[in-house]
Amino acid sequence: MLDTIVIPLLKILVLLNAVLVAVTFMTLLERKVIAWAQSRLGPMRVGPYGVLQAIADPIKLILKEDITPARADRMLFTLAPILSLVPALVVFSVVPFGGDELFYVTDINVGLLFIISVTSIGVYGIILAGWASNSKYPLLASLRASAQLISYEIAVTMTLVSVILTAGTLSMVGIVEAQQESGLWFGFVQPVAFVLVLIGGLAETNRAPFDLPEAEQELTGGFHTEYSGMRFALFFLAEYANMIVITAVVTILFWGGWLRPFPNVEALAFLDLVPGWIWFFGKMFVFLYLFIWIRATLPRYRYDQLMRLGWKVLIPIAIANIVVTGVFKVLL
Amino acid sequence: MIEAYVPILLFLLVAIGFAIFTLIVSSLIQSSRYNKVKLEPYECGIEPVTDARDRYSVRYYLIAMLFVIFDVETVFMFPWAVIMDELALFGLIEMLVFLFILVLGYVYAWRKGALEWA
Repeated sequence: MLDTIVIPLLKILVLLNAVLVAVTFMTLLERKVIAWAQSRLGPMRVGPYGVLQAIADPIKLILKEDITPARADRMLFTLAPILSLVPALVVFSVVPFGGDELFYVTDINVGLLFIISVTSIGVYGIILAGWASNSKYPLLASLRASAQLISYEIAVTMTLVSVILTAGTLSMVGIVEAQQESGLWFGFVQPVAFVLVLIGGLAETNRAPFDLPEAEQELTGGFHTEYSGMRFALFFLAEYANMIVITAVVTILFWGGWLRPFPNVEALAFLDLVPGWIWFFGKMFVFLYLFIWIRATLPRYRYDQLMRLGWKVLIPIAIANIVVTGVFKVLL
Repeated sequence: MIEAYVPILLFLLVAIGFAIFTLIVSSLIQSSRYNKVKLEPYECGIEPVTDARDRYSVRYYLIAMLFVIFDVETVFMFPWAVIMDELALFGLIEMLVFLFILVLGYVYAWRKGALEWA
C-alpha cells in the first residue's frame, strides 16, 4: 500500500508542481531572452526585473472570463484543452531525472514507446479544439497542426529506432545505463539521429521555425483563437510541458541523462561531486534555451517547405540511419 | 511487472483531476457579463456568414493515410531493434528486406506525387 500508492502519489504531486512552476518561469525566460535578442528589456514592471510576472500571468488567466462562442460545440470545446494537457503531463511519469529510484515515478520496460504513443494523443486535443470552435481560423490551423504533427512523428519515430538499436532497450533508465556502460553519450554515437530528433522536436511542439499552426499573419491565434481564460491556459501549459518533455527525452537519449561528462574516465571522478539531477537539469536547460534562441533567430517556414522537409528529407535520412546503424551493429 | 504501471494510472487520475479542478475553480471566481457580440466567432470584426466547417483540401486526408501506413511499419521495427543483439546477421537481413519493401512503397508514393504540397 505504502510502496504502491502513497510514495508514487507524493512523487507525482511534487513532479506536477515542479512542471507547473517550470512552465510559468519558462514563459518568463522566453520573453526575457527574446527581448534581449531584440535589444529590448522585456517584462520589467512586476517585481524586480519582472521576475514576478511569471506569477502574475497565471493569476490573471484564472480570473479572466472564459468565453464559449455561441456556435461552438460546448462539450468538445471543454474536452479539447483537457485532452491536450493530460497526455503532456502523464508522460513525465516515465522520465527519470536521476539514477536513484527517488528521481523517477516509475520505470517501465517500454518507456520510450510509452512516451511516443502518449504524446501523440495530444493531436486529438488540437483537432477537437479547431473543430469544436466552429470558426474558420481555428479549423484551418488545427488541420495544419495535425498534418504537421503526424508528418514529423513518423520521422522522429523512425529515428528513435536507430537509438534503440544502439541502446538495446526501451527503458528510459536502461538507455542511460547503456550509455554509462559504453562510456560514450549517444549524441557522439548517433549525431545524425540527434539532429533529426531536435528538428522533429521543434516541429512536434509547434515551435519556431515550424510554428505554422500559430502563424499570426495568416491564422490570427492558431487553433486556440476562440479560447480564453483557464481553457486557454491549459493549452498553454500543454504546449510548454511538451517542450520540457522533448528536452528531457533528448537529454536522456543523446546526452547521458544524469551522467557526468565522460562517465568512464577515472580522472574526472571529481565531477561526481555534482549530483546527477543537477547535470540533468543543466543539460535540459541548455536545450530549452536553444529552443528559445532558435525562435528568436530563424524565420518561419512556408507550409509546402515544411511538408517537403518532413517527408522528403527527414524520412529518407532516418531510414538510411537505421540501415547504417544495423550494419555497424552486426559487423562490430 | 504490472505494478510498474500503477503510478502511471495514478498520474493519469491526478492530471485529469488537476485539469478539471482548475477549470471549476476558475469558473467560480471569474467575472462574466453576457454580451451577444462577445459570443460570436472571431472573423476580423465581420459577421460570419457561412458555417466554418467547409470542405477542405484532400491532401490532409492523403497525409493521414500515409501516416497510418508508415507509423505501423515503424512501430514494427521497435521489437526488432530491442533484440538485435540476439538476432545478429539473420535479423539484419530480414529487416533489410522489410525496409526494401517499405522504401518501394515510399518511392511509389513520391513518384505518384502524394508527397507534393502545392
